[in-house]
Amino acid sequence: MNNPSPIVTASGLSKSVANGAQPLAILQDIGLAVMPGEAVAIVGASGSGKSTLLGLLAGLDVPSSGSVTLAGQELFALDEDGRAALRAKLLGFVFQSFQLLPSLNALENVMLPLELAGVAGAHTAAEAMLRRVGLGERLHHYPKTLSGGEQQRVALARAFVINPQLLMADEPTGNLDAATGADVINLLFELNTERGTTLILVTHDDGLAHRCNRIIRLAGGRVV
Amino acid sequence: MRLALTLLWRDWRAGELRVLALALVLAVASVTSVGFFADRLQQALTGEAHQLLGGDVVLVADHAWPQNVRDEMATRRLQVAEAMTFTSMARTAKEAQLVAVKAVSGGYPLRGKLRITLAAGAPDATTDALPAAGEVWVDERLAGAFAVAVGDILELGNSKLKVSAILTLEPDRGTSFFNFAPRLMMRLDDVAATGLIQNGSRVSYQMLAAGERADAQSFEQWMTPRIGRGETLQSLTHARPEIRGTLDRAAQFVNLAAMLAVVLAAVAIALGTQFYIKRHLDGYAVMRCLGATQPRLLKLLASEFAALGVMASLIGALCGYAGQAVIVWLIGDLIQVPLPQPGLLPALQGCAVGVVMLLGFAMPPLLQLGNVPALRVLRRDLGPPRQSALFAYGVGLAAFAGLVIWQADEVRLGAIVFGGFCAAFAVFGIVAWTALRLLGRSKGATGLTWRFGLANLGRRAKANTVQVLALAIGLTTILLLTFTRGDLLATWQSQIPPEAPNRFIIGIQPDQREPLLDFFATSGLPKPESYPMVRGRYVALNGQAVNSEGFDDRARRLVEREFNLSYMNELPAYNQLSAGRGFNAADNTRGGLSVEEGIAKTLGWKLGDTLTWQVGGEDFSAPIVSIRKLDWDSMRVNFFVIATPALLGKAATSYISSFYLPAAKASFTQQLSQRFPNVTVVDMSALLKQAQDLVAEVVRAVQFIFLFAVASGVLVLYASLLATRDERVREAAVMRALGASRKQVLASQRAEFAVLGLLAGLLAAVGATAIGWLIAQKVFQFPYHINHWVWLAGPLLGLGCLGVNLRAAARAVLGTPPLAALRDA
Repeated sequence: MNNPSPIVTASGLSKSVANGAQPLAILQDIGLAVMPGEAVAIVGASGSGKSTLLGLLAGLDVPSSGSVTLAGQELFALDEDGRAALRAKLLGFVFQSFQLLPSLNALENVMLPLELAGVAGAHTAAEAMLRRVGLGERLHHYPKTLSGGEQQRVALARAFVINPQLLMADEPTGNLDAATGADVINLLFELNTERGTTLILVTHDDGLAHRCNRIIRLAGGRVV
Repeated sequence: MRLALTLLWRDWRAGELRVLALALVLAVASVTSVGFFADRLQQALTGEAHQLLGGDVVLVADHAWPQNVRDEMATRRLQVAEAMTFTSMARTAKEAQLVAVKAVSGGYPLRGKLRITLAAGAPDATTDALPAAGEVWVDERLAGAFAVAVGDILELGNSKLKVSAILTLEPDRGTSFFNFAPRLMMRLDDVAATGLIQNGSRVSYQMLAAGERADAQSFEQWMTPRIGRGETLQSLTHARPEIRGTLDRAAQFVNLAAMLAVVLAAVAIALGTQFYIKRHLDGYAVMRCLGATQPRLLKLLASEFAALGVMASLIGALCGYAGQAVIVWLIGDLIQVPLPQPGLLPALQGCAVGVVMLLGFAMPPLLQLGNVPALRVLRRDLGPPRQSALFAYGVGLAAFAGLVIWQADEVRLGAIVFGGFCAAFAVFGIVAWTALRLLGRSKGATGLTWRFGLANLGRRAKANTVQVLALAIGLTTILLLTFTRGDLLATWQSQIPPEAPNRFIIGIQPDQREPLLDFFATSGLPKPESYPMVRGRYVALNGQAVNSEGFDDRARRLVEREFNLSYMNELPAYNQLSAGRGFNAADNTRGGLSVEEGIAKTLGWKLGDTLTWQVGGEDFSAPIVSIRKLDWDSMRVNFFVIATPALLGKAATSYISSFYLPAAKASFTQQLSQRFPNVTVVDMSALLKQAQDLVAEVVRAVQFIFLFAVASGVLVLYASLLATRDERVREAAVMRALGASRKQVLASQRAEFAVLGLLAGLLAAVGATAIGWLIAQKVFQFPYHINHWVWLAGPLLGLGCLGVNLRAAARAVLGTPPLAALRDA
């Protein structure tokens, strides 16, 4: 039996920003590999570089040095639009601040990635996904009329509706109370398992991190 | 495109496109309402040009046409009709009235139809007939002025003529804005008996021809090189230039008035776009994160806004169609031709304006949205790379300059208007910005609410400057059209001395001069001054024959027509010399001329130049020995050119006089006309009133167009409020979280808006006064008296307008619970 190749790899990944005369290193020489179907948590204190690493792994930002491959594709060999096209094909996202579009209702928010990809039957698929996350009665509600937990469920539905191979989640419970956060995380892991999605999750919550197969700890911009 | 339309619908529903759409609708409606109106006039003038001419080829001259012209028409099998027009006095037993007589031969009009009725106000019908011998037709104005009906008798010169119909439409009357005198139509054969055509009579002789197209063209070709001075040929290819000129200028003026709405709408579009961008930064970052590429996003944006532009422009064009109906209704009296339905071209032009505005003022900033970094989803402080204002609005300004020049239809005028707009914006903007910054820093304010309100003025100086600017410009137009216009008119009227002459008498024959002056004495009126008048044509300057080609329109008209020259030993005491000297004995011997300053400038005459004139077929030359400045408002007899008597004394002369007729002696005009039937008495006060009525109609149309500008100004206010709404809501939430009452929050907003309203109102008052002063000084040349009410009305209007804004702001800031506002922050 062949060993499957990693869906994400990073090697020698560094990011620094200009800070007066001295550059400030945010990430230094990060190397990692994530296998398909694996759930990996990136943990660390505030300012340890977790979100920056996630942004680099998703190709939302460019590193100062190093490389990232996504499904075998060297990410930074692509231009900005090439990376966007790759994200459209492979990636789902969940954010701490939900990032729902306020002018769209729940259903339209979930339809959006399908519409952008030009997938037919966006309405049906989005509606089914919202029913799956328990918001069948809230299809036409706008974000401002939904609770924080409900908004994050819509965000989960939006992330999973395109059946991504890889889901990236940035502090998905950061804006939620403990009980609601737990519900959302349960749902996230359920969906993840159902669909065999690879999960990279950024959190500072150790309890949540331990539900993943593996934990990568960051401190001072390095893997420890 | 489908997705773009879906996004458009969603944005519309969220209320984020309303300002943009409304601004476009207003701009397009403003431009198309004028466009449709101008198109209808244009079509009326060109589409039915032959009807408007009364024939296929029309010859007009200030002298009778020679027989060989008639012969040429006959050999080409053309139908021929003749007409003569002149002004004269018509009388009833009780009163006398100036009329524009048109005497026509059988066959007139060769193209188009006259319409008549038997009683004023009764349904009319077309007719092929003409007034019978001894009869006249009068138009509705004359019937009204005289209270005459069909069957009544009118006296004209030495003739008594029976009114046999009311003339309701005369196809070739034209669309002149200044058809002062009402029409009286009679048979050409009856003119001689009236005895009206004498020396000094200003008569226009017309020959009309119509027939097969080839025959008419062949005649036109034969005639064109033979057209001499004082003669014009009008045909389908050479439509009446004077009508075109008047209407084109009026349309140009109203078009530029429409541009004020466009410029304010542009500001609203720019502000609405900023608001849209702020609201969509997160959305576009999410879309990029979801994998939308930059070209894809840009394409979506472009398609969404193109669809918005087309839809808003179409609605704007429909509103414009309704608007032109209002213009027609407002100035219908000036248009004496039936107007056909407008074509589609103005709608297309309006849509082009909409698209250009959108491309110029919305698209460049919108393109920033495509550049939102996807990383913003993780780090909200990241925005799109900042664009330079020059790039963002440079395109818009260039597009707007292009639009103004296009609407002005003349580069120089367009550039002046564009420069005027820019200068007004810059001056108002700099003053408003400086005042706001200074007020923002004023530490003297007592009380929390005032301190907070004033501090906000400075902090939001940019957004507040836009509000003040838009409101000030809108209010300036309102103040100009209400207070300043009335003031200018009142000042002008007060410039005319109370007993200034109010009647002119023209066409007095030499042998009538003494009896006529005696008639004044016997009627208990002082003997007026009278001056000889000779018709002459300007033919050469310093020995060089004058060619009208090189002149502009006004100068060409002056050169082509005959001048009224006068002669006297001494220049009138009320003429002021601006160069040279009065006539002396030497001048009287060898000949000398005195010319008016304005015409000298127009025609390029200088002191010492030798002018050659043709009078009664003979030429004479004389040098200019003085240049005079005339006070036209004095209502006294004035001449452009005065010669020494030796030069003109032998020419065919008539006399002209002016006098003051008190209202109590109004019947004197009728008695004078009765006694001297050939002289014409022109009632200047009636003419002035008519001119004022006509101007009032045009002003009403401009006022209507300015309504679009005012609406756009209000929209700018709303847009700038929207632009700062989120910030205001957050501030209010913080204040309330810190324990401020609703009353305190509202009071600080009130303080801010009160200052903005007052500042805008004051600026508008300054603007209206400055424009009034400029018009008074430069156009009318009289001292301008400032109307103090402007200083009260401007600030009050400003406060009123921003009061409306305050209500909207209060609803937003107090309608959002502080917690919700802070959570969204």
